[in-house]
Amino acid sequence: MVIQSDPHNPMIRFVDVHKWYGQFHALRGITMDIQKGETVVVFGPSGSGKSTFIRTINRLEEHQRGQIIVDGIELTHNVRNIERVRTETGMVFQSFNLFPHLTVLQNVVLAPTNVRKWKKKQAEEIAMQLLTRVGIPEQANKFPGQLSGGQQQRVAIARALAMQPKIMLFDEPTSALDPEMIKEVLDVMIGLAHSGMTMVVVTHEMGFARAVANRMYFFDQGTIIEEGTPEKIFNHPESDRTKLFLSQILEK
Amino acid sequence: MSTNQTILPPPFERFSVLKWLRDNLFQNWFSGVVTVVSLYVIFVTGRGILVWTLTQAKWQVITANIQLLMVGQYPSTQLWRIWILVGILGLLAGLSWGLWINQRPVATILMLLGPFLLVLFPGSTQARLQMAVVGVITVVGYLLGKFLPRFLKKPVIIAWAVYLPLAFIMVRGWSADSGPMPVVDTDVWGGLMLTSLIAAVGIILSYPLGVILAVGRMSRYPLMRAVSIVYIELIRSVPLISVFFMAQTMLPLFLPSNIDIDRVVRAMIAFTLFSAAYMAESVRGGLQAVPKGQHEAAAALGLSNFDSLRLVVFPQALKNILPILTASVIGDFRDTSLVMIVGLLDLLGIARVILAQPAFLGRHIEVYSFLAAIYWLISYIMSYIGQTIEAKVGLESKLN
Repeated sequence: MVIQSDPHNPMIRFVDVHKWYGQFHALRGITMDIQKGETVVVFGPSGSGKSTFIRTINRLEEHQRGQIIVDGIELTHNVRNIERVRTETGMVFQSFNLFPHLTVLQNVVLAPTNVRKWKKKQAEEIAMQLLTRVGIPEQANKFPGQLSGGQQQRVAIARALAMQPKIMLFDEPTSALDPEMIKEVLDVMIGLAHSGMTMVVVTHEMGFARAVANRMYFFDQGTIIEEGTPEKIFNHPESDRTKLFLSQILEK
Repeated sequence: MSTNQTILPPPFERFSVLKWLRDNLFQNWFSGVVTVVSLYVIFVTGRGILVWTLTQAKWQVITANIQLLMVGQYPSTQLWRIWILVGILGLLAGLSWGLWINQRPVATILMLLGPFLLVLFPGSTQARLQMAVVGVITVVGYLLGKFLPRFLKKPVIIAWAVYLPLAFIMVRGWSADSGPMPVVDTDVWGGLMLTSLIAAVGIILSYPLGVILAVGRMSRYPLMRAVSIVYIELIRSVPLISVFFMAQTMLPLFLPSNIDIDRVVRAMIAFTLFSAAYMAESVRGGLQAVPKGQHEAAAALGLSNFDSLRLVVFPQALKNILPILTASVIGDFRDTSLVMIVGLLDLLGIARVILAQPAFLGRHIEVYSFLAAIYWLISYIMSYIGQTIEAKVGLESKLN
């Protein structure tokens, strides 16, 4: 895997980003560059702002101070820019959020046919390729409710990939899954990381981080406590909080 | 335990009448008493109703006035237009039944027999013949819908969309008195025809208006929100009657004197505006029941707000509110009877006219029972259609 690192034109750039929910200061000055092709894992205790952070990348949450630039487009109130960023950014949610009234195939082709304006037939061909890639082409005509959690999450990944995004965001993709289903989802994500996709992953799956992450960020109380390669984070963490947190989740 | 696991069929019980009776009607002494008493009450009331209907009631009041009840004082020379509309309605109903509803054979047979049962109704030979033709058309439509579904779905949907405007043009007419379709003034519209027209307009137009109001009420823009809230809360806090009165007596005071809106149209507008406020609240409930994650997922895929609403949120909301929607359609249909109070001769209004005829003084029970039967029949058909649609989309939701 080759990362085309270009420090002046990162895929995602955060400059001193702040976010408040009412009085609550959720993000407190996040600065970060993510290069094309990188896989970045974000972890930290609940309430640390990691979920808020990933949701600001496609502006599901609005930031109030600082600068977020995604693929050269700065996120502001400009609705057209927001839609452009979202078109180039796929997102996978903890609770899958598949559309229950549509079949698996319809879920996958909805955005390509309506946003990218592809022909239905072309979109369906690509959708079937993607469903094959995530390993469930035979479920194409079922409804999401008929699938297991792991299968649903793989459909969600295929649905996000159908837009041919440059960036994939994963917000705790395996947290709602039964243990025996986590692996099937992680395998798909690992394959995706090896294919050179730029990925931001909020997760506590440390095995995944060790296998594919280029860098890891430890969040706590809305700030980045520590960052580094998996090797550094796992073997030589600097901060006591990182050490404590890692010891807690690795024990499990 | 052997490794060879056996798969057992579920236990099978022989059905016997005696066992069913014991399980359902005579489980213990109390249920036995309830069964016997209920049977007695059903027998006594049922016999009373039958005896009255068949021997004591004087149905001439209905048969002599059937044309009034159906179309009011609509001129007899122009009745052919209404018959054409009824024929088209029969065709569309038959087609739609064959295409979509067609589930229980008993219901289908009843539906197809319906027009022919009306032929038995004592009336002019001509009317009975025409009714028979409508019946045949309905059956033809059903068969077409059942056996050629592929080519007909779209045309039938389009035909339904065109039907109401067409009905308006045909009922009203456009040409001078000597022309092919002379204008028939709304003053002589009446009976079931008027009731159906007001209900259809109200139900169909209040729906899009209700959706707009519901979306407006949930909008980010304060002005839109304020307008929607004020409208909905204002309308919902006044009775329908007063809205009708406003439309009939006060509206002309506000409008310039050279603009004169027809009385029937005024009633339709009032009715639409009124039921839209209720519709808005039902739709809002449905929209709010759709999880926030659905909209987020749609947004994250790059869908615009409008597309997200149209393709993701709204279809789910609609499914949520189907039962309420059926109920409100039926409610709206019956509420049209209030136009009688502002002087329109809908079914109820015509009934009062008939009861004032010297020949039929005191025939209240016959007339009102007949009205009740019509209202019941139409409401039941709508309810049945609603249930069928629910079952069809419910199938998906059960699998989900």
